Amino acid sequence: MIRRIRALLLKEFLAIFLDKASRMAIIVPPIIQLFVFGYAATFDLNRVRIAILNEDSGALSRELVSRFQGNSTFEIVAYLGSEQGIQSLIDNEKTLMVLRIDNACSRRVATGESCPVQVLIDGRNSNTAMLALNYVRAIVTDFNEDIMARQGKGMPARLAVQAWFNPNLESRWFIVPGIIALLGMIVTLVVTALSVAREREDGTFDQLLVTPLRPWEIMVGKSLPGLLVGLVEVSLIIALTVFWFRIPLHGNLLTLYPALVIYLLSVVGVGLMISSFSTTLQQALLGSILFIVPAVTLSGFTTPIANMPEWMQHLTVVNPMRYFLIVVRRVFLEGTEIHLLVHEIWPMALIAACTLSLATWLFRHRLH
Amino acid sequence: MKPGRLMRLTGLVRKEWLQVMRDPSSLAIALALPLVLLFIFGYGVSLDAKNVPIAVVVEQPGSQSNAFAASFFNTPYFQPHMMRSVQEAEEALKRAEVQGIVWLRSNFDADYLSRTSPPIGVIVNGVDANTARLVEGYVQGIWFGWLDKQAELSGTRLKPPLQLEQRIWFNPEVRSTDYLVPGVVAVVMTLIGSLLTALVIAREWERGTMETLLVTRISVFELLAGKLIPYFVLGMAGFFISLAMARFLFMVPIRGSLLLLVAVSALFLLVALGMGLAISTVFRSQFVAALVALVVTFLPAFLLSGFIFDIRSMPLVIQGITRIIAARYYVSMLQTLFLVGNVGFILLINSLYLLGMATIFLGLTYLKTGKRLD
Repeated sequence: MIRRIRALLLKEFLAIFLDKASRMAIIVPPIIQLFVFGYAATFDLNRVRIAILNEDSGALSRELVSRFQGNSTFEIVAYLGSEQGIQSLIDNEKTLMVLRIDNACSRRVATGESCPVQVLIDGRNSNTAMLALNYVRAIVTDFNEDIMARQGKGMPARLAVQAWFNPNLESRWFIVPGIIALLGMIVTLVVTALSVAREREDGTFDQLLVTPLRPWEIMVGKSLPGLLVGLVEVSLIIALTVFWFRIPLHGNLLTLYPALVIYLLSVVGVGLMISSFSTTLQQALLGSILFIVPAVTLSGFTTPIANMPEWMQHLTVVNPMRYFLIVVRRVFLEGTEIHLLVHEIWPMALIAACTLSLATWLFRHRLH
Repeated sequence: MKPGRLMRLTGLVRKEWLQVMRDPSSLAIALALPLVLLFIFGYGVSLDAKNVPIAVVVEQPGSQSNAFAASFFNTPYFQPHMMRSVQEAEEALKRAEVQGIVWLRSNFDADYLSRTSPPIGVIVNGVDANTARLVEGYVQGIWFGWLDKQAELSGTRLKPPLQLEQRIWFNPEVRSTDYLVPGVVAVVMTLIGSLLTALVIAREWERGTMETLLVTRISVFELLAGKLIPYFVLGMAGFFISLAMARFLFMVPIRGSLLLLVAVSALFLLVALGMGLAISTVFRSQFVAALVALVVTFLPAFLLSGFIFDIRSMPLVIQGITRIIAARYYVSMLQTLFLVGNVGFILLINSLYLLGMATIFLGLTYLKTGKRLD
């Protein structure tokens, strides 16, 4: 029995790695995707373009402007002389925002009054606008506290903010571990879904059926390659995450890998189901895409599940990627122990049991 | 016009049209895909954090602490859980039951009254950095509101030296749907445009019917036009479905001219169809063409177009790469036409890029098709 399965496994690996196209399809796109995603997918703001309209002539406003000059997040693109031109600067995306300091600002502050400072910001990308406003607010709050300290006054209370697990709030720390879950799923699914479909298209599946292999042995032989290729590929990506992207791995790999195996098994089950439904490679490919696109979108990979409408949040409970994303992020950044991840692991195990047994049933059903 | 060209062209278009109508898969790509994708993305992708679970720790209840804690209950952004000790709150944060902690120490009221500026501890879970930043902003907003109210109650006015007023143009309610949905339209158009044609010519090569076409009197130009016209019509049908969903389901305003919106979409569809045609002409296999179309059109449209991730924040090398992604020009025009209006400069520059790309892809297909059998 072991010998028969080993022989089938050997055949599967030869089929995957001797064909140039499939070898390329498995190795090259994931690595490219890792690098493009890793660098492009960021919510952190850099070089925020700002134009300044300073109608005040005093020292105070000059000091405020110099704080923006000295801040590496901002890039001052223009000093305006009047209101004219603000509209077209923002409309044409020459600047993200305009900071407008009222005239007589320095004089007002000197007499203990407040001076209005206006920020006009392009809200086309509302997320960028919100984050940029937060940066401006931080600078102005700092400035206010300094001025008040000089006047011998203090804010009645102050905020002391700190971020756990990701002190500089780098969104790369959030996205890159997510890519481990993403690419693990894509590679495993494609390898599994295409393996049976390829045999069907070439007509070699019938040959496989007349060999001494029993149906369940064929199942095992068809599931293991996807799992193994997925494990190797994910290990490579984990190594790149740690050593290239320098994402801290606070947790234990012994926590991560059991969860990873269960996750990949649930994906193998989905792949085998797609496989048993499709008679051509193209159908298998289309089926994989039809699964991957919603699974990725509704997993919390780019945007949190908590932001979705409630009814859609309920739909995500059947998505294995949703659970593994939580596991991989928490193990990497929070160093979470396995007993705190039980609520993520048992649903994945349940999904894996369902998809694998359903796939077995479909296989028997379609074989006879 | 060469004699008989119109007749040959109508014949080809008719043949292609019949093929589309009798094969449900192209119809599904053009009409069902936009519906499903817009639905999933429109509802599933949102950056508006609401009802964030947060622990509010008041170690020693007092009038000031209670007033501050109460202000977390009157906002849609938070779902506060009152706790008595910070240890309890930290445990909840570690178990991921709350996303953040607001911590008023036992001496808060006393220090506030004696004007020694007591600190309000704020801890956010930084794993999801974007949400953490938004939460930080919300807490700051609540803090300012509270300071204002306290000053008013004590009969004075809070007078910070600088008073920040913000005006968010084009999207004052900061609804992320308004900027994401136009981007989704671009992703959908990329997918249907390139997938539709990626399969078409490759199929003719695979089945050997290309050779039949090549021995007729049809010229390469007529052949390509005959392929483009029916899929263009289908793609535009997909566009109108997406447009209707954006406007009436997701309530995104359309501030620019509808005519311009249709025109730039037609131009982009031409680019997407051209990419698909070029891919299928080069690879000549449906399977490989579909894979390549996904990798070189769909993924970049998703990641590198400015649809979710702002191009202005990417490293300069990646920004350079986005220059060759057609979807980025379309996303920019869509966001502008939906939210801002007819901004001549942006429409002109981006249209010129798209026009150039359409010429390149269709020209490449024209040259590579050639009436040769090799």
